[in-house]
Amino acid sequence: MPLVNDLGLRLDGRKYDELRPIKIEVGTLEKADGSAYIEWGKNRILVAVYGPREVHPRHLALPDKSLFRCRYHMAPFSTEERKNPAPSRREVELSKVIREAVEPAIFTELFPRTGIDVFIEVLQSDGGTRCAGITATSLALADAGVPLRDLVVACAAGKASGQIVMDLSDIEDQKGEADVPVAISPRTGEVTLLQMDGILSGEEYERALNLAIQGCKMVHELQKEALRTKYSVAQAEEEELEKAEEEEATQK
Amino acid sequence: MAEGDYSAGKNTYREGNRFYASLVGLSNVAGRTIYVVALRGCYMPVPGDIAIGKVIDLRLGGWIMDINAPYAAILPTSEAFGRMFNSRKDEMTDFLDVGDLVVAKVVAFDRTRDPVLTIRESGLGKISEGHIVKINPTKIPRVIGRRGSMIGLLQKETGCHITIGQNGLILVSGKNPEDEAAAIRAIHTIEQEAHTTGLTDKIAQLLKEKKVIEH
Repeated sequence: MPLVNDLGLRLDGRKYDELRPIKIEVGTLEKADGSAYIEWGKNRILVAVYGPREVHPRHLALPDKSLFRCRYHMAPFSTEERKNPAPSRREVELSKVIREAVEPAIFTELFPRTGIDVFIEVLQSDGGTRCAGITATSLALADAGVPLRDLVVACAAGKASGQIVMDLSDIEDQKGEADVPVAISPRTGEVTLLQMDGILSGEEYERALNLAIQGCKMVHELQKEALRTKYSVAQAEEEELEKAEEEEATQK
Repeated sequence: MAEGDYSAGKNTYREGNRFYASLVGLSNVAGRTIYVVALRGCYMPVPGDIAIGKVIDLRLGGWIMDINAPYAAILPTSEAFGRMFNSRKDEMTDFLDVGDLVVAKVVAFDRTRDPVLTIRESGLGKISEGHIVKINPTKIPRVIGRRGSMIGLLQKETGCHITIGQNGLILVSGKNPEDEAAAIRAIHTIEQEAHTTGLTDKIAQLLKEKKVIEH
């Protein structure tokens, strides 16, 4: 069965340049310093941020900047077949690439000798968890009040049944020919994560990369929206308050 | 956030001629400086701040304190004894032991070294009674209010003595538990509704209602 039909529609009815439905929530967890929850297609991912705080064990602390640690973990019930909860080779790798994708956006030099810890829990996975994880991580960091240069955002593109498509689902990832996850810093357009699994021609790669970047920009809008929803109330009220204060001052 | 002839203030950074906010907050302009008031964040000590801390360890040089910051603070022994500490004559635990709570003042901090505290001023020292309320440090200015209006109101209406630590910890000590409970409730309300207009009036109303019910 082809992954893309004659009409150019994919198994879930999307066109080649459409994202799966995305829902993002900021500040989901009470106890964490910052948190975010993302639903990206059938992916369900929860991200918690702690810090800047003291590093334990102490000897890991860096004298000139904050130590940024990241743990990507899939819950045993997140996949079709039970996943062993112990960190797998894949999870260790993803923790590393997510860390390296997000770290350039953080002002780590503002908090020397401290640590910032990120915990990414995949509750349900459906392909593209690293991208969803990165997207939610930058929001959780913003929610924790960690100074950021930008909100890093990620999206994948790839090739399924001979077609270059955006945001691969689980089946397209497994049965398709190639997968190219990309993370960018949307303000500058810098690429912080670029991986490729599978085989693409030079021209196809170019198209996939551009499609992924296009996807990133779309997700970035949703990211900003999520932050605004959480904090807009405060913003509006603060402005009102300031106005009132000004009026008070002029009356005097 | 802005573009042009400004200088980058707190929580902002510039790139070429453009200015950006580095965290979620409310942007402001004072003169030609652009700054952002943070809505979330951790406490960063500033010399002169009052901070409420907990003793977590004893060292020869002093007590190590948790002041709710990314850095553990040190309270030197000389602060407590007023002279050089003599480990033969003096017992550090007689003065402060692990778990004790202290109102202290930050005297030095520059991120390369841990903050240093002092307790040699009036109003500072070991806490012997009262309740500690912990809130987000970014909300502390709201609890104090404009020119101390909010804190003044709280103290007047509840009859409690309230010490505010800039690190997000607040000490409430009153004559009876009911007063303290009222003050704590009010503080939590302030934290939750930190950015609503007419908050001082709202709290005044809240506290008055409580009184009527109690009497």
